[in-house]
Amino acid sequence: MFIDFFFLLRERGLKVSLNEWMALTDALNRGLGQSSLTAFYYLCRAILIKTEADYDKFDLAFAEFFNGIKTPEEIPDEVWEWLDKELKEPSEAFEQALSRIQKYDFDELQKMLEERLKEQHSEHNGGGYWIGTGGTSPFGHGGYNPAGIRIGGESRHRSAVQVAGERNFRDFREDNTLDIRNFQMAFRKLRQFSSRNDGPKTELDIDATIKETSDNAGMLNLVFDRPRKNTVKVLLLFDSAGSMSIYSRLCSQLFQAAYQSNHFKDLQVFYFHNCFYQELFTDPSCRRSSSIDTNWILRNLSSEYKVIIVGDGTMAPSELLRTGGASYRVSYNPEPGIVWLKRVKDHFTHTVWLNPIKKGNWDYVYGSQTLSLIRQIYPMYELTLEGLDGAIKKLLVNR
Amino acid sequence: MLENIKESTKYVASPELMNSVNIAMALQKPLLIKGEPGTGKTMLAEAIAESMNMELIIWNIKSTTKAQDGLYVYDAVQRLYDSQFGGEGVDDIKKYIKLGKLGEAFSRKEQVVLLIDEIDKADLEFPNDLLWELDKMEFYIPETRETVKAEKRPVVIITSNAEKELPDAFLRRCIFHFIEFPNAEKMYEIVHVHYPDIEQNLLDQAMAAFYMIRSIPDIQKKPSTSELLDWLQAMVLGGIKPERIEKDFPFIGTLLKKNQDIDAFKQSRRRGLHF
Repeated sequence: MFIDFFFLLRERGLKVSLNEWMALTDALNRGLGQSSLTAFYYLCRAILIKTEADYDKFDLAFAEFFNGIKTPEEIPDEVWEWLDKELKEPSEAFEQALSRIQKYDFDELQKMLEERLKEQHSEHNGGGYWIGTGGTSPFGHGGYNPAGIRIGGESRHRSAVQVAGERNFRDFREDNTLDIRNFQMAFRKLRQFSSRNDGPKTELDIDATIKETSDNAGMLNLVFDRPRKNTVKVLLLFDSAGSMSIYSRLCSQLFQAAYQSNHFKDLQVFYFHNCFYQELFTDPSCRRSSSIDTNWILRNLSSEYKVIIVGDGTMAPSELLRTGGASYRVSYNPEPGIVWLKRVKDHFTHTVWLNPIKKGNWDYVYGSQTLSLIRQIYPMYELTLEGLDGAIKKLLVNR
Repeated sequence: MLENIKESTKYVASPELMNSVNIAMALQKPLLIKGEPGTGKTMLAEAIAESMNMELIIWNIKSTTKAQDGLYVYDAVQRLYDSQFGGEGVDDIKKYIKLGKLGEAFSRKEQVVLLIDEIDKADLEFPNDLLWELDKMEFYIPETRETVKAEKRPVVIITSNAEKELPDAFLRRCIFHFIEFPNAEKMYEIVHVHYPDIEQNLLDQAMAAFYMIRSIPDIQKKPSTSELLDWLQAMVLGGIKPERIEKDFPFIGTLLKKNQDIDAFKQSRRRGLHF
């Protein structure tokens, strides 16, 4: 039943498992769906969706799958009462009402709405023609027409597809850009505890000691365990070129989040201008006085540092590919930037590139040529919560 | 099936929330509640317990809480003391086993409501350690070779402030509901439940001010329902005239708890933000 819906949800990136699907089937068998699409919508959402960040995706998928399905709940209770009576005494009022209501298809409706908007100059409530509240005109709100267009107001007969179509949870989508707390939450995932298998047992395991001692009739019996510490060291490299200035707020949020995440064993931050060369900088202004030999960094930071590069990757092709192609701010480079990009990549085992440009635009944006060259070297992620999550997962697993 | 929450509980639940509660109870799965602080996540469990005439058992989770604490604690040290100083009944290990909140809920004869409050406060592994216990509603005590098993599966309500992400395996076993922040209409309803005869003029002014403050983007900790209720009470007790709200925002400290937020608020007032 609805198995296509299950696959549609998975296709839209919702991690619905078979277990949850079985629970849903179980719930439907118990009559929790109350044979109405709205109840079914809330039932599905409660059982299948486990974070408000996915509500929007779910709404879209639900609207996509169930759009166009007419449900009895779109017909008001009064009509049902008339219908119930009908067997005994056909209600004249109802038949009249029904014959007045014409059904239109959507295009026709929109055209009519435009015309009606031109014709109408004043407020109009009730009745069956003008835009207004109440009545059976196909336009307006608060009234009844099975195939009308609602204009503002609260619908009294909301159908599930409408609820889903409203997309109230758009703000929670994880691919939205985000604030510092969200970044911090993402950085928290970047941890790797030293395993309990190696290292000396130096930490007193108090609980085990108490238990052992008591079992030993009070003779002290100390139990030691290996301590667990986060061993992650992070190297952050920021592009501070002019083209990045529109993303400066986003980047500074990322920087602060990383800086305030005190669970890293070590955090090093350097800056570059469009591309790496023989020098990196300790200051975003990239002045010569703050320059540091890139080779010195490679010598002094071991390969276990996890490298996060933040940059848009767009520049003049010469800046990436030519000797001496570096922009005027940086000193003459005897080797092209791309050689340095590869060198840094080869030195460290875990590297990712975060790009503030929307992923959909990577192929079209000005400078997409260099961007795609860099993508061949570095795994690139969009600088959003989802992208950062993906990047951090990439940093945690071995190449 | 719970039709609606009793009026006496002073809890206003949306139909969607009631729906989720009923689904969770029918499927006998834990209900995971998320939402902004102050949207009444904890109060929900109290309201359910009262409406259904069940006992409420609350397990408050702290950063140091371990899953084992909820099941049982074996007091080996007390037993040792007793054996050294000749206490009675040392042979009986049962005497030294104390059930935790989860164990308590499982061992009751009647069905109870179990609230696991702020589960995200605990260690990352905490929810995973409870998978079996919440699924089967039973656990084994090796010291006494006994199994504690719930005769009537308790109604389990779990709240989370989303400080940590919960593991997928745990989430799969829950029914999930996100409590939205109430809109003005719902908020009037909530306030009226708590203060039935509040002066309308004062309430209107206060509500406008409240939603205005919530809309200031620089405010980090947005005031919530419980803070609005406190604020209203403070103003009623202080005999504040409605006109004064717009002029000098009395008792602003009940709404905004952080210094930076009060500064941000004053700044936006200076910039001439009105409601």
